[in-house]
This record gives sequence, structure tokens and C-alpha cells, in this order.
Amino acid sequence: MVSKAREKIFEVKNLNLWYGKHKALEDISIDIIKNAITAIIGPSGCGKSTLLRCLNRMNDLIDGVRIEGKIYFEGKDIYAEDTDVVKLRKRVGMIFQQPNPFPMSIYDNVAFGPRLHGVKDRDRLDEIVKTSLEKASLWKEVKNKLNQSALALSGGQQQRLAIARVLAVEPEVILMDEPCSALDPASTQRIEDLMVELKENYTIVIVTHNMQQAARVSDYTAFLLAEENQPARLIEYGETGQIFTNPRDVRTENYITGRFG
Amino acid sequence: MYRWRKFINNFFIGLTWIASLVVAAVLTYIILYIAAKGVSYVNWGFITGWPKGFEARGGIFPIIVTTFYLTIFSALLVTPVAVGGAVYLTEYSHPASRFSRIIRFAADTLSTVPSIVYGIFGFAFFVVYLGFGWSMLSGSLTLALMILPLVLRSTEEAILDVPRGYREASYALGATKWQTVSRVVLKAAAPRIVTGIILGMGRAFGETAAVMLTAGMAINLPVSVFDGGRNMSSHLYLLATEGISLEAAFGTAFLLLMIILIFNLSAKRIAKRM
Repeated sequence: MVSKAREKIFEVKNLNLWYGKHKALEDISIDIIKNAITAIIGPSGCGKSTLLRCLNRMNDLIDGVRIEGKIYFEGKDIYAEDTDVVKLRKRVGMIFQQPNPFPMSIYDNVAFGPRLHGVKDRDRLDEIVKTSLEKASLWKEVKNKLNQSALALSGGQQQRLAIARVLAVEPEVILMDEPCSALDPASTQRIEDLMVELKENYTIVIVTHNMQQAARVSDYTAFLLAEENQPARLIEYGETGQIFTNPRDVRTENYITGRFG
Repeated sequence: MYRWRKFINNFFIGLTWIASLVVAAVLTYIILYIAAKGVSYVNWGFITGWPKGFEARGGIFPIIVTTFYLTIFSALLVTPVAVGGAVYLTEYSHPASRFSRIIRFAADTLSTVPSIVYGIFGFAFFVVYLGFGWSMLSGSLTLALMILPLVLRSTEEAILDVPRGYREASYALGATKWQTVSRVVLKAAAPRIVTGIILGMGRAFGETAAVMLTAGMAINLPVSVFDGGRNMSSHLYLLATEGISLEAAFGTAFLLLMIILIFNLSAKRIAKRM
């Protein structure tokens, strides 16, 4: 489906996932392309976030989750026994719907990751904090109040801080789980602009229920759907332009034209 | 019909208003009564002097020192155990496991045990069996046991109230479980943990029975942990029951009340600010 010319960073093969006895994902296979933005769309509760959270093994934190199938990240199975989950999450960062700034200063929020991974040198930390905030286009707004609490920032600023916090650990992939759904339109616009800038150097996978957003920013779109009492399946996956202008599956067409969801 | 409903409505609003007025009035009356009886007795000499003579005139300096000694020492003893236990219960054990259910049940039961029971246990175990004698060590260990359930449960609740998102954000940055607990969860819960410890200290500060049986009743300025001493509540109890001096008793009571008030206010302050 997707042109082979571009390098893939994730290969998901026949992924099935259960929450206890409830099956949430069925037989999902999808390749995520490097240095591109891939959007996962679909109605609420269709398992978009569940799929996203498989990519950095965040589902490990939830009791009773069981998966079958393989997920390769740069050719290596991330669910293999010898996977270092901490290292994986360092390389595959994540942005959540809620920005969740830690109750500490702006500086300490951004320096949190580097400190975890052993950076102690003050000058080096200063440099990382500055460049990360610059890349997240937040530096100009906060450079004079780095020691103030991050909780005092606006919602949009907090989400850019969350992005800076992730960039500070120098990931290769950034997973975004509905990053704009708690933000006003102006802040959403800034995050979207930022995503397009970031794809030069990072691979981005975004889950969104906002189809316009998927159409605006993404290069590839995956449509996930859980038909009644069924686990979610990948209905269609391809270049965003094709999905939105010429969907091959009638269910994709129904969804993007707003007939359900 | 409408008028009747309106009457009933106003009637019950009035009742709750009267009830809260009674609470406020009783509290104010107690404080004012003790203040009226005790305030004239409290001066610099009372705080810095030693008790003198048959009627315990003079000051209560060694008694104040003993009280703070026991309170701070017991807080130092209880904090690592309570925080460690709460972290285990919330982060490492399964909340529904038999072991954590037993711990919670034990803590809730122990928190309602009368303090004299802690006193008799502390006397038999620390004072006699372990041979610590009537001492700051025996007293503080007993007080630490007494406030452990309170501090454990308040710490546990503080940790449980840390938003899930903080943990997820931390894990997603590549933090290990211990890094997440120590750098994010405990940090976010710190104000409420400190509040719980201060409230526990307030209880230890005002304790009578558990202290008399374990730290003794001797008027003594404690230095080593094996020194005995008399705390303010015990002093107050002895002054009042032995009929030594009701005035000195009210002076001590007033000072005790003021310090506990400061404890509670600072606990509130810290909870708000941090």
C-alpha cells in the first residue's frame, strides 16, 4: 500500500491484544515510515490509543494486558525477552492528551529526562534545556522564567513544554496521543506547525479523532474501526491524500464523510 | 404545597446552621476558658524556668524540652517506616492482595486503639524487656508506634492522589519504577505527606498515657536518648489530679493548646503552599 521507497522504522505484524478476556485489537499489521507523520484515526473507543501505546510498551503498565504478534522497531522485536524497556521508551517518546507537567520548575521539567539518563553537568543541562525549548518553540516565552513552576503555564504552553521534555531525551520517534484535544484552536495550530517542523528529524505517530487535523498534518493515515462487539481492525492504510480523496473501503469513506463516529 | 416545601427547606437549613453555630461556640468557649485561666500564668519565666517548690511554681522549661524531644524523635522514627510502607502498599504490592489488605486492616484497627494500650505495651516491651528504662527512646518508640497508622494511611492516600498522568509521563521518558517513585510520585505527594507527619506530631505532642508509662514522670532535662523526662500533658495531669496547683495546670494547658494550634495551622499552610 505504502510506497516501498521510504524507510520503515516500525513494522507491526499480526498484532492481537486483549484486556483480560476482552479482545481489543485483531490482526493488525502496519509499517510506520521514518521521518514522516502517520495519523491513526477512527471513532472513539476503537483502540487507536491502545495500538499507539504498544509501540513504546506503555500498555505494560496496565494489569491484564496480553499481546500476540510482533512489533519490530528498526528490525528488532520490542516484545522480545531481552528488550530493555527503559531504553525503548527513551528512543520512542510519548506526548499525552493531558500535558502533565511535573509539579516543578520549567527547567527541571525539561531536565528531568536527561538527568534520569545520567547527565549531571550543569552547562550541558543548560544547553539541552535551551535547545529542547527552542525546538518546541517555547524558548522565547519562558527564557526569563525557567525557575518558575511549570504549572503556571497555559494549556498550550504546557503541551509544548511536554514536547520539549520529550525532545530533551533525544528520541527517534514521538508518539502523540490526541495531543491537541484539550487545547484551543490557536494552540492547536502551533502544535501542528511544530509537528511539521519536527518530522525533518523525527518520526511522528499521532492518534487523533480530529479528521481535519489528520488531513492537514499527516503523510500517512491509518483508519481503525471496531465494528459492533468486535475487536478493532485496521480497515485501510495509505498516503493521507489517497485516504481522504479516494478511499478504497466504503467504511473509510463513511467515516471521513462523517456518516458515523 | 409550595409554602410547605419552602418551610421544610428553610427549617433544615436553619437546623444545620444552628448545629454549626454550636460547634463554633463550644470550641471558642473552651479556648477562651483555658486562655482566661492560664494566660496570666504564662510569661517568659514560665517558659524558661524550672519548677520550684511544693506548688510547682516557677517554670516548666525541662518539661517543654522533653515534649519537643519526644515529638521530634518519634517523627524521625515514624517517617521512614510510614513512607516506606506506604510506597510498598501503593506502588509495589497489588492493592487487593491479602498481604496489603491485612496491613490496611491492621493500621485502621491500631489507629483506634486507646493510647494507654500503647503505653502498657511500650512499658512491657521497651522499658522492661529491652531494658531501655523510662527514657526518650522508650517514649519515642511508643509514640512512633502510636502515630504510625495515621501517618501510614495519610501518606498512602497522598501517593494514591498523585495523578496517573505524572507516572505515565515519567515512564514514557524512560524512567525506571524507582526513578518514577522517588523523583515524581514522592515529590508530588510531599506536601500532603508532610501534613500527615505534622498531624501525627500534634498527637504525639499532646499524648499523656503512652508517655507517662514509657518516658516516666521525672522532671528532668533530657540529653541522651536514655534520659527520662515528663512531658507537658503528663505534667498537667499530675498537677491537676494531685491538686498541686490548678493555676500552673491551666498555664501548661494554655501553652499546650497554643503549640498544637500552631502545629495544625502550619500543617494547613504547608498543604496549601507546596
